[in-house]
Amino acid sequence: MANIWVHAETSGGVVSTITLELLAKARDLGEVTAFHAGADAEQVAAELGAHGATRILTTGDLDNGLPGPALASAVAAKASEESPDAILFGTTYGGRDVAGRLSVKMDAPVITNIVDLLDTDGLTGVEPVFGGTTNVKTRFTGEMPGIFLVRPKSFNAEAAGGDAATVEIMAVPDLGATGLAKVTNRFVEESDGPKLDEAGIVVSGGRGLGEADNFQMIEDLAGKLGGAAGASRAIVDAGWVPYSYQVGQTGKVVKPDVYIAAGISGATQHMVGMKGSKTIIAINKDPEAPIFSIADLGIVGDVHKVLPALLEAIGD
Amino acid sequence: MKVAVCVKQIPDPADPGAMNPETKTLKRDVKLILDESDSYGVEMALQLVGEDGEVVLISMVPNNERNGLNNALAMGADSAILVSDDALAGSDALSTAKVLAAAIQRTEPDLVLAATESSDGYTGTVPEQVAELLGLPSVTFAKEVTIDSGNVAVKRQTEDGYDEVDCPLPALVSVTAGVVEPRYPSFKGIMAAKSKPVEELTLADLGIETSTVGWAGGRQEIVSIEPAPEREAGEIIEDEGDGHERIVAFLQEMKVI
Ligand SMILES: Cc1cc2nc3c(=O)[nH]c(=O)nc-3n(C[C@H](O)[C@H](O)[C@H](O)COP(=O)(O)OP(=O)(O)OC[C@H]3O[C@@H](n4cnc5c(N)ncnc54)[C@H](O)[C@@H]3O)c2cc1C
Ligand SMILES: Nc1ncnc2c1ncn2[C@@H]1O[C@H](COP(=O)(O)O)[C@@H](O)[C@H]1O
Repeated sequence: MANIWVHAETSGGVVSTITLELLAKARDLGEVTAFHAGADAEQVAAELGAHGATRILTTGDLDNGLPGPALASAVAAKASEESPDAILFGTTYGGRDVAGRLSVKMDAPVITNIVDLLDTDGLTGVEPVFGGTTNVKTRFTGEMPGIFLVRPKSFNAEAAGGDAATVEIMAVPDLGATGLAKVTNRFVEESDGPKLDEAGIVVSGGRGLGEADNFQMIEDLAGKLGGAAGASRAIVDAGWVPYSYQVGQTGKVVKPDVYIAAGISGATQHMVGMKGSKTIIAINKDPEAPIFSIADLGIVGDVHKVLPALLEAIGD
Repeated sequence: MKVAVCVKQIPDPADPGAMNPETKTLKRDVKLILDESDSYGVEMALQLVGEDGEVVLISMVPNNERNGLNNALAMGADSAILVSDDALAGSDALSTAKVLAAAIQRTEPDLVLAATESSDGYTGTVPEQVAELLGLPSVTFAKEVTIDSGNVAVKRQTEDGYDEVDCPLPALVSVTAGVVEPRYPSFKGIMAAKSKPVEELTLADLGIETSTVGWAGGRQEIVSIEPAPEREAGEIIEDEGDGHERIVAFLQEMKVI
């Protein structure tokens, strides 16, 4: 049976959604070990176990060091003893850091931007390119564990009901200079309503809104529908909304039941982040806008007319 | 203070080209430009070094192409190292990082800057691999960078806010898009760029074995390139004052309202 190692990202005892997504796939592929940096391994052992991990390898508390160098060194050492078949990471800030460092430590390449893993003749990663119009399948040919970076929302997070994972401490080798970056302060940007990448309904606005103040219509509509507000990069770069709103290749991947795109053209880098939505509604004044090619309902019209009317029609 | 900036030269994303199904590589017969993602690193480097520092560009590219590099030199960078070698065809992120790290090592910078991800490859792993190869600490996803007495302080983007991170130099920092406003090259800058030193290197110059990079170094193979299942377009209607009603009906059908 294959040995699959999964990067478990947690924060204060809470397991990230992408970790649960990876576990759901990993347990189909073989025996699952989670690896982890932080002080909360005992707290998350039950949840990781329920999602399919039999064991957690943890560095323990890193004293505010960034996890990349420490976790990569510890995992590289452990992997040289146990030779896992594949090492999976989510495409997240932390995941990329650890995967990059690990790749060098093990002199093993990384296959990135994966949305599916196929167990055919060695694990094969599926990567969408050109805004999701083309799929490239890649597989490792060398003698090392394949390192895969998987995009969020590629798999469905679902508990399978296993026992709590056992916790095993990994030794962290001396990091030298690489371990010197330290977090001195953490800031959380509060927002109400559901999280963008977990909401069942997402309402996103783009440059077609004309000016920053008009984004309020997007917030209002998202609020009324019990959803989250999102944005194209154009208006994030313009400073209308924070980066945390961005949907797309360099932002969040969302897969809500309904995605409403208002004044968004549908650049490939935007579509890659929302194409997986169950249904898509687009409002754009340009009938040729690419977003219409994937919309279930397309309204060729002016957001300044359609959105106020819609807000009024929905009422409170 | 000396800052090395990784700059990738890429085909214009507005005209992304296509995959060649026979060779399984990107068709690249257009003139390359400076990756917009890296224009932020160049701008940040110029701001950080001020008057008496030095900015060195590092780029790996086929055929000594330097159109994009010239743009970054015209913005104000002082010099560049350009690495080209036929054996680099098919290089993945790790191969690229090995080459960039070897080139950076020659310049002994205080700080290395890269973008969090390139526009055409977007693996987002090259910077961290470069840092590990050089034995440097790193802070990725920086949205604000300040240097003070041998330390770099970074506001680092996180899933739900940001962290403040402190790190002694030398270090590597990767910067997110949109954090500074890249300057347009002046006419003077464009003229000056022509005489700035650009060192052209091969793998042999860097002491890198050809078997460790390029297709051979990748140790992976593309099994297939296929069109993804298409998402069908649905109903497109012209708003004649009733567009919102159609949306309401759709939302009701979806049981959202
Ligand atoms: C490496 C890279 C990564 C990127 N990552 C992302 C990403 O993660 N997410 C992302 O979104 N983008 C990303 N982009 C940017 C992307 O290419 C587009 O530039 C961006 O998505 C465009 O945003 P937009 O649709 O709001 O603006 P535009 O493309 O300017 O479109 C505005 C639209 O509004 C319509 N409009 C104008 N006025 C009205 C009106 N009154 N009523 C109705 N419609 C109107 C116009 O017809 C137009 O279609 C990335 C680009 C690169 C190079
Ligand atoms: N060929 C290259 N030449 C110079 N810098 C590069 C090259 N490839 C990647 N980089 C740097 O690494 C960053 C991340 O690239 P990637 O990992 O491919 O997404 C880029 O934005 C550049 O700063």
